[in-house]
Amino acid sequence: MTKKQKRLFIQILIGAVCFGAGYLVPEAGPWKLIIYLAAYLAVGGEIVLRAFRGIINGQIFDENFLMTVATVGAFFLGDYPEGVAVMLFYQVGELFQSYAVGKSRQSISSLMDIRPDYVNIEQDGELVRVDPDDVEVGQIITVKPGERVPLDGIVLEGRAMLDTAALTGESVPREIVPGQNIMSGCIDTNGLLKIQVTAEADESTVAKILELVENASSKKSHSEQFITRFARWYTPLVTVGAVALAVIPSLFDGMWAMWTKRALTFLVISCPCALVISVPLSFFGGIGAASKLGVLVKGSNYLEQLSRIKIAVFDKTGTLTKGVFDVTSVDPVGVSADTLLETTALAESFSDHPISVSLKKAWGKPLDSSVVSDYETLTGQGVRAVIGEKVVHVGNAKLMETLGTSYTQASGIGTIVYVDIDGTYAGSITISDQIKPTAAEAIRELKEQGVAQTVMLTGDTRKVADAVGASLGIDTVCAELLPAMKVDEVEKLLETRPAGSQLAFVGDGINDAPVLMRADIGIAMGGVGSDAAIEAADVVIMDDNPERIATAMKVSAKTRRIVTENIWFALGIKAMFLILGAFGIATMWDAVFADVGVSIIAILNAMRMLSVKTFTKPSDARTVSRTEAEA
Amino acid sequence: MKKKFKMTDIDCANCAAKMEDAVKKIPGVEDAVISFMTQKLTLVAPEEDMDRILDEAQKICRKIEPDVTIVRK
Repeated sequence: MTKKQKRLFIQILIGAVCFGAGYLVPEAGPWKLIIYLAAYLAVGGEIVLRAFRGIINGQIFDENFLMTVATVGAFFLGDYPEGVAVMLFYQVGELFQSYAVGKSRQSISSLMDIRPDYVNIEQDGELVRVDPDDVEVGQIITVKPGERVPLDGIVLEGRAMLDTAALTGESVPREIVPGQNIMSGCIDTNGLLKIQVTAEADESTVAKILELVENASSKKSHSEQFITRFARWYTPLVTVGAVALAVIPSLFDGMWAMWTKRALTFLVISCPCALVISVPLSFFGGIGAASKLGVLVKGSNYLEQLSRIKIAVFDKTGTLTKGVFDVTSVDPVGVSADTLLETTALAESFSDHPISVSLKKAWGKPLDSSVVSDYETLTGQGVRAVIGEKVVHVGNAKLMETLGTSYTQASGIGTIVYVDIDGTYAGSITISDQIKPTAAEAIRELKEQGVAQTVMLTGDTRKVADAVGASLGIDTVCAELLPAMKVDEVEKLLETRPAGSQLAFVGDGINDAPVLMRADIGIAMGGVGSDAAIEAADVVIMDDNPERIATAMKVSAKTRRIVTENIWFALGIKAMFLILGAFGIATMWDAVFADVGVSIIAILNAMRMLSVKTFTKPSDARTVSRTEAEA
Repeated sequence: MKKKFKMTDIDCANCAAKMEDAVKKIPGVEDAVISFMTQKLTLVAPEEDMDRILDEAQKICRKIEPDVTIVRK
């Protein structure tokens, strides 16, 4: 507990003891009043003081003032215990509220506890710890096993398995080797790494993520705006209602004491705090939970809208597919697969074309290009080279036709290269962009979350696009689009979406910033590295897994459910007690219990958002246990 | 210019909303957001007016909740 909370706790204790003592004093008389007054001042003196200060500062309708009027009124009517009890329970509620909010702040900052405290730097042969802010770009830092990588950089020496869970929500460790970029916030699980820093502390991945999450709660959701507007009217209205209830009926029947007492009950229920606090608390928890799962949501408003997505538009390359071209099939004819692959890779070894790069990668062994001679590019068809003694032609179907080689049309989807060795057909190799392993599941989960239409936009050929679309179960495929046409397609789709629903565009942040901005919700994938993506998108998915979109929608749906529950529950109970109070059925006791109870229940309900477990799939748990078993 | 300030001891969410409203009405303020959860004030205002606005904001916030402080860097 903080100092302030402790003070409040002691005040409540003293108040409660005096309150109990009040019961022991047998008959009515000055002693009873004195003890109850002592209890009242102990527990509520501060509130009364604040109420006076509020009046001086022109803040008439604040809850301090209303509580003061209600309790002082009770004293004047001779209901000492009620006066004390209302103040006592009100303060218990305040204490609980402040404690709960502090707790959830803490648990969110521990969710996001990725800010580094120190950096190891070698000075005169010894490692010293320095402040991350003092490290400059280009300096070399050391990360020991078990430590968190404090700054972004390039690995110079050492290999290690990195735990990136804090950044991406992904539990499988990733290997890092010299020459690779390393992101701050990962944990080095087993190796000693020397890293050359590429960004200062303020610019590091960690700093960007924290900034994003902290700023998120300043973009308020509709529910938050509704509730603050509501609170502005609610308290004055209830107060006016109380005055009316005290005066109007009394003019007719003259029972001033009874009506005043009922009016005071009104005032007890006038504090809108439960509502005003539980809504932002839920969103804050939801944003925290999402970031723990590897999804950065840039505002409460976006978190609120995510579950309303009805049209999900995807970019193909890099979003649903890996965006990396790989050899997916080697179909040799009359030679071994290895010979075919090696010969092709050798023939293409002088080219930097993505296709040659993927061929070299698929071969995976060093190539002795000294055996290659007479290399020649045949524009629009392929290449010709002499390898050893053999004349090799590698290229498309047109090349085979020109050569007059009889070849078999390969059935694969992607780019197909045919190979002719010394005038004989030797087979074909298919190179294609691979679909991400989770993509089909991701589309299925989106449907489960209520997405009515899935659309894929791509600049790729119709044949490739249709094949990808069909294997993923995508409803509409728009192929052969130029980058600018993607915006037009999204504009068209925006017009068709039903009122109140949202259109999301999911891209990798490269070349599609305008589309990300045009969509209702722009979702960028694997975007922590790219500033443009972070800037343009509303939601950033930190790893490459499209399944996270459905996860984010689930977080959104749960947040909205909790917010709705809280609003209706709190409003319902308050309305009920206002009515019961007006008819004299609910006493001040009941009212204060109801009010504090509603606050506590609403806050507890909002705090459910902090638990992330419900969103992780059993498959994630399996991966964890498998890696543990391997370790 | 947009600047962020930490605030301490905001105890009630309703007060934070009231403070936000009041700060928005200070002349020169283009936009202001007070986040109760992160206890932060985000202020959009011309740089040369920043000091004056902060002084006024501090005064206004104190009127609503006496313990509140805006921490200046």
